[in-house]
Amino acid sequence: MDQSTVDKIQQSDSFKTLVAHRTSLAIKLTISMLVIYFGFILLIAFDPAFFKTIVMGTNITIGVPMGVGIILAAFALTGIYVRKANSDFDALSDQIKAEHHLS
Amino acid sequence: MMSKFSFMLYAFAALLVGGTALAGDGNTVNTNAIIMFSIFVLATLGITYWAASRTKSAKDFYAAGGGITGFQNGLAIAGDYMSAASFLGITGMVYAKGYDGLIYSIGFLVGWPVILFLMSEQLRNLGKYTFADVAAFRFSQKPIRVFSAIAALSVVLFYLTAQMVGAGALIQTLFGLEFMWAVVIVGVLMMAYVMFGGMLATTWVQIVKAVLLLSGATFMALGTLYLMDFSFEKLFETAIGKHALGDKIMYVGGLVSDPISAISLGMALMFGTAGLPHILMRFFTVPDAKEARKSVFYATGFIGYFYILTFIIGFGAIAFILGNPDYFKDGKLIGGANMPAIHLAHALGGDLFLGFISAVAFATILAVVSGLTLAGASAISHDVYANVINPNATEQQEIRVSKMATFVLAVIAIGLGVAFEKSNVAFLVGLAFTVAASATFPVLIMSMYFRGMTTRGAICGGTLGLVSAVALIILGPGVWKAILGNPEAIFPYSNPALFTMTLAFAAIYIRSKLDNSAQAEAERALFDAQFVRAQTGIGSEGASAH
Repeated sequence: MDQSTVDKIQQSDSFKTLVAHRTSLAIKLTISMLVIYFGFILLIAFDPAFFKTIVMGTNITIGVPMGVGIILAAFALTGIYVRKANSDFDALSDQIKAEHHLS
Repeated sequence: MMSKFSFMLYAFAALLVGGTALAGDGNTVNTNAIIMFSIFVLATLGITYWAASRTKSAKDFYAAGGGITGFQNGLAIAGDYMSAASFLGITGMVYAKGYDGLIYSIGFLVGWPVILFLMSEQLRNLGKYTFADVAAFRFSQKPIRVFSAIAALSVVLFYLTAQMVGAGALIQTLFGLEFMWAVVIVGVLMMAYVMFGGMLATTWVQIVKAVLLLSGATFMALGTLYLMDFSFEKLFETAIGKHALGDKIMYVGGLVSDPISAISLGMALMFGTAGLPHILMRFFTVPDAKEARKSVFYATGFIGYFYILTFIIGFGAIAFILGNPDYFKDGKLIGGANMPAIHLAHALGGDLFLGFISAVAFATILAVVSGLTLAGASAISHDVYANVINPNATEQQEIRVSKMATFVLAVIAIGLGVAFEKSNVAFLVGLAFTVAASATFPVLIMSMYFRGMTTRGAICGGTLGLVSAVALIILGPGVWKAILGNPEAIFPYSNPALFTMTLAFAAIYIRSKLDNSAQAEAERALFDAQFVRAQTGIGSEGASAH
């Protein structure tokens, strides 16, 4: 790919849309993961007593659904990204390739 | 190839017979486990034989021809990542401390989404065989390649030593083989997989292992729940009733001592995953960015599911093992702190299932060490030999160097495993993750997103991250106090990643900003072309024809 093609692609609307959408989604999801995980760690560090709260029956503490919830959330976030990327980003990439006659 | 191959088979048979005969000193030989493990070994050597006939080019050797699907790669990543340490270590931790074990395993999972969002597609679009292909994309090849190889080999050797020592001790307990023989068998088998079968064999060994481990763990978790009438209430109640800590096992204990150490450990686990060379290498085995992203989705699902199982298994071990005299000798758990999952396998499924889980644990070790060895050998042959020492090397020369490096690494791994038999090597896993988080990860991620980065910035920041991570772990409580026996640690926190990562990122940024050389300008100018390729995949490596 020569520099003039690079410039042309960078100027194109489809490329700008692709980068804007992917970057915004990636940042939102990364921040979600960081907030969920480090929020959990900070809660453990600063308020361990909170984890004594029983949420179900006589012995299931809040940490159990929380821990399992974080694992499920991590998986769900990857699912959101992959779904969006499969439907939108690939189409945009293909469009860019077609516009500039590249494979 | 055939003659070499049958040599490997004979060598293995001889080792096994020799090892079995030499087992002694009160270790009972576990026949079921040995039979099932032998089936696994024969199957994987068969795979290796098949893979060897398909491994011709460098792309075949390093990246399995780029023809692995996203789903297969997801399983292989899970097989590469879920070590015996996470299976036995985390169930052991849940058994000993309850809820704290889950906190630890969550840390090992949360790096995966971040890899997906920020790196997986870019890695596939920019790279070829090793992460250094990406890190050196627009920079001066020699310095970046040498740095990347040193960082990769450090991570590989720390991790490999921990795995080998753990493997020796585990196999000694499970199979009744002597430590030395156990380490030699692991070393010889991983050498055979990697040398003859390259990435294709390594991938399928990891896939087979992942399926076995996930099935075995599922059976154990279901068995535990079945005996508890599928009531978590009953499981936890039984566990609380038996455990010395009582209801303390249901909430946060002493794992997290102070906020700084907690955040620091969290960072090392999360970002260390994104800097492990054997994990990064897996992204070059799929045909395109779409399959790369799918592989992380599947891998996250498998690994997350596995950690939920280990939590149930750990509690199952408390409920069914604790207080059962069959599994204790002189008041201590037979085999030590890593054994609860193994004993639970016996309690749930008798001798036959114990044999199966023991064989799975052995297979687990093999899959991880093979991935590590291939990553280490590639750093030597692809990054150092083919890009620094002999840039005109043919593919065949490069593959030959890789095979020699595999041989040497296997010998070193066996040597280190034997040398550290009696040492406490638990800190080495933490060290590997911290170095990965502080040296490879910052250089890689900054090279993808920071236009202003230059070769000098990368070398300066990466080296500081590497050196400070090693130094602060040695000066910290885990080594300086616990292993070297000094009264007080010089560096107070058990994990330094918060400081070493900050240092690495800051140094990359500042040194790059201060770099006014003409070369620096040229490197910044190349960012646009790199960025377009990273985002769109235009110009990226395709899958090989066959």
